[in-house]
Amino acid sequence: MSSIIDYLVDSLSFTGIDDSLLLVLAIHIPAIAIFLVMVVNATVAVYMERKIAAFMQDRLGPMEVGLFGFKGGKKFWGGIGQTIADAIKLLSKEDIIPDNADKKLMLLAPFIIFIGAFVTFVAIPFSENLVVSDFNIGIFYIIAMSSVGVIGIILAGWSSNNKWSLYGSMRAAAQIVSYEIPIGLTLLLVVIVVGSLNLGDIVQWQADNRWFILHSPFTFIAFFIYFISVVAETNRTPFDIPEAESELVAGWMTEYSGFKWAIFFLSEYANMLIVSIVASIVFLGGWLSPLAILNIGIPQQWMFLDGPVLGIFWIMIKAIFLIFVMMWFRWTFPRLRVDQLMYLCWKVFIPFCLANLFFVSIWELLWSAIFK
Amino acid sequence: MYKVLDKSIIGADEMVLNMGPQHPSTHGVLRLKIVTDGEIVSHIEPIIGYLHRCFEKHCENLSYEQIAPFADRCDYLAAMHMGHAYAISVEKLLGIEELPLRVEYIRVILAEFQRIASHLIAVGVFGLDVGAITPFTWTLRDRERIIDLFEQVTGARLLYNYIWPGGLAHDLPPNFVSRALEFLDYFEPQIEEYNNLLTTNKIFIERSADVGVMPKDVAINYGVTGPSLRGSGIPFDLRKDEPYSIYNKFDFDVPVGQGLMGTVGDSWDRYYVKVLEIKESIKILRQALAQLPEGDVQAAIPKKIRPKKGEVYSRYETARGDVGFYIRSGGKNMPSRLKMRSPAYCNLSILNEISAGWMISDVITILGSLDIVLGEIDR
Repeated sequence: MSSIIDYLVDSLSFTGIDDSLLLVLAIHIPAIAIFLVMVVNATVAVYMERKIAAFMQDRLGPMEVGLFGFKGGKKFWGGIGQTIADAIKLLSKEDIIPDNADKKLMLLAPFIIFIGAFVTFVAIPFSENLVVSDFNIGIFYIIAMSSVGVIGIILAGWSSNNKWSLYGSMRAAAQIVSYEIPIGLTLLLVVIVVGSLNLGDIVQWQADNRWFILHSPFTFIAFFIYFISVVAETNRTPFDIPEAESELVAGWMTEYSGFKWAIFFLSEYANMLIVSIVASIVFLGGWLSPLAILNIGIPQQWMFLDGPVLGIFWIMIKAIFLIFVMMWFRWTFPRLRVDQLMYLCWKVFIPFCLANLFFVSIWELLWSAIFK
Repeated sequence: MYKVLDKSIIGADEMVLNMGPQHPSTHGVLRLKIVTDGEIVSHIEPIIGYLHRCFEKHCENLSYEQIAPFADRCDYLAAMHMGHAYAISVEKLLGIEELPLRVEYIRVILAEFQRIASHLIAVGVFGLDVGAITPFTWTLRDRERIIDLFEQVTGARLLYNYIWPGGLAHDLPPNFVSRALEFLDYFEPQIEEYNNLLTTNKIFIERSADVGVMPKDVAINYGVTGPSLRGSGIPFDLRKDEPYSIYNKFDFDVPVGQGLMGTVGDSWDRYYVKVLEIKESIKILRQALAQLPEGDVQAAIPKKIRPKKGEVYSRYETARGDVGFYIRSGGKNMPSRLKMRSPAYCNLSILNEISAGWMISDVITILGSLDIVLGEIDR
């Protein structure tokens, strides 16, 4: 698997610029692309969320703002320009910093959270070869970088000088740090089976064998533990206790407004996309088409459906479905309490994960002993 | 329930957290001064008065007719109940023993519709307090239809000024009964939907069962009434125990908390009693709508309300509990003193007793299960 950076450096080498300088220049292109992906993702996901919420709650959702004169009428597409209008409004709002707040830290916090989400995208493959940088510790890097954001959350809560923010950030820190353990343990299980931390290798293994969710009963359980844990890690309902709008006003975001708040929002939805893509790569076959998993002998003229070009389509379908499930959760479930959340993590998920890890090792040994 | 440990061992300092008066879950302008140790609450002091409008003092300078719309504004989610309660007390003061039967039937029908509307808000907002947003929009959707019915009857959607001392402002519109029955047919299956979405949800049960248990004796000592009292397993309902109007003509039950999901008197019971009461109200409505007699609704309205010297206290079961009007007449057309017993005020007073030791999230749950209306507490 090659990466975009390699490709760019190779194709620009005719200019004769020094290699390291060329790398610095070439990095800007995927960086802008990632930023655009994040912005488009947030815009589309917010619109999707509001429409799904409206559908579930017997309302219409945004219906007024159009796009280039296209209003969408009274159909599903009504109000298609709403999130763009909202984004413009957020960017042009007054930036309020409370008097007694720690101004530097308060300014720093949104950027740390944003960077946490931004750099994670570097290792996320959107299809075969469509990855900014393909390194051999992909999963490890993603787990590490997605927890950088918690520093920003703690800073945001502390610097706001507001008790509600502090409560929110303390809850968020406890929650995110705890739920990283089941996430790490479920991904470790996949790493044990494949023998590689590289996301490309993991998908290749699934192409050779089968999707991980169907590989063994233990990986099947692991998928659900992983998915519930990432819902908790991205602070979505039913685990949205750091924001908990009925308890903590808006949690650690209480004192933020305008541009900085928009950045929080951007990162939140980017994190949703990241965890959904990782789930679909690790458990649902990544950019492999569902046709392959059925193994029904696809006719030659349909094989292109399995190729790298449509890979981005398959991976996004899987990721968007998982994002939809997260939204479904949000508009269906009440919120857990802090201690119940911790109970679920430390007393349910982690023992299950450890048992899973043990049994999957035995399963692999027995499987290879019996069938090979 | 979490008791704060001996503070000298862990050296924990307590923090005062100010919740409200601008807070999404205090149901109005209530301020709670919460003493916390981290998440665990050790003491709560509700601070009220942000919505005080001097209702009782104003009434001393208003004629009895003028007080009727004013009484509506106390409990704005059950305005019909307040109007009815006030009308009953003035009728008692005037010595009006019997009203035309049609007046009584219409009053009961509207009061039961109002009870459904008010409980729908309570049920939905309780869901909102524990974090479920969708049940709230569903209950508001169905409440909207009741509000539409009220609009057809009274011309107003929230504050009606329809029930006057001695009668009603005017008669029902011609097709009211069929519309009301149509609504009931639509609405009855919806209750099952709320139960599927919220009542039997595992997370919802985890959050509300066993939380904020209100034992029988504590509830009685604090003077708690209404669904909150019945949630503790005491079948006390003025409609049954001290029937006013014509409630003794109808066949209905008084649902009480049974501790189905936890302990008797927990937040889940207080919530579920309201759901069951909606069903009982539908039962009453079906009977009343079937029996609605013909007649003149304004026949008994007195020309001039000028009661003799004396005093009266009358009780009424609103959606929130036992509302009482004490009126002392000095022989003028204005009361010389009017005092209202507010059920939500007494229900709120128990908050510290049942929520100390729980977490901040549980305080919101318990407050939501008590179903307070600040307009009535502050008057």
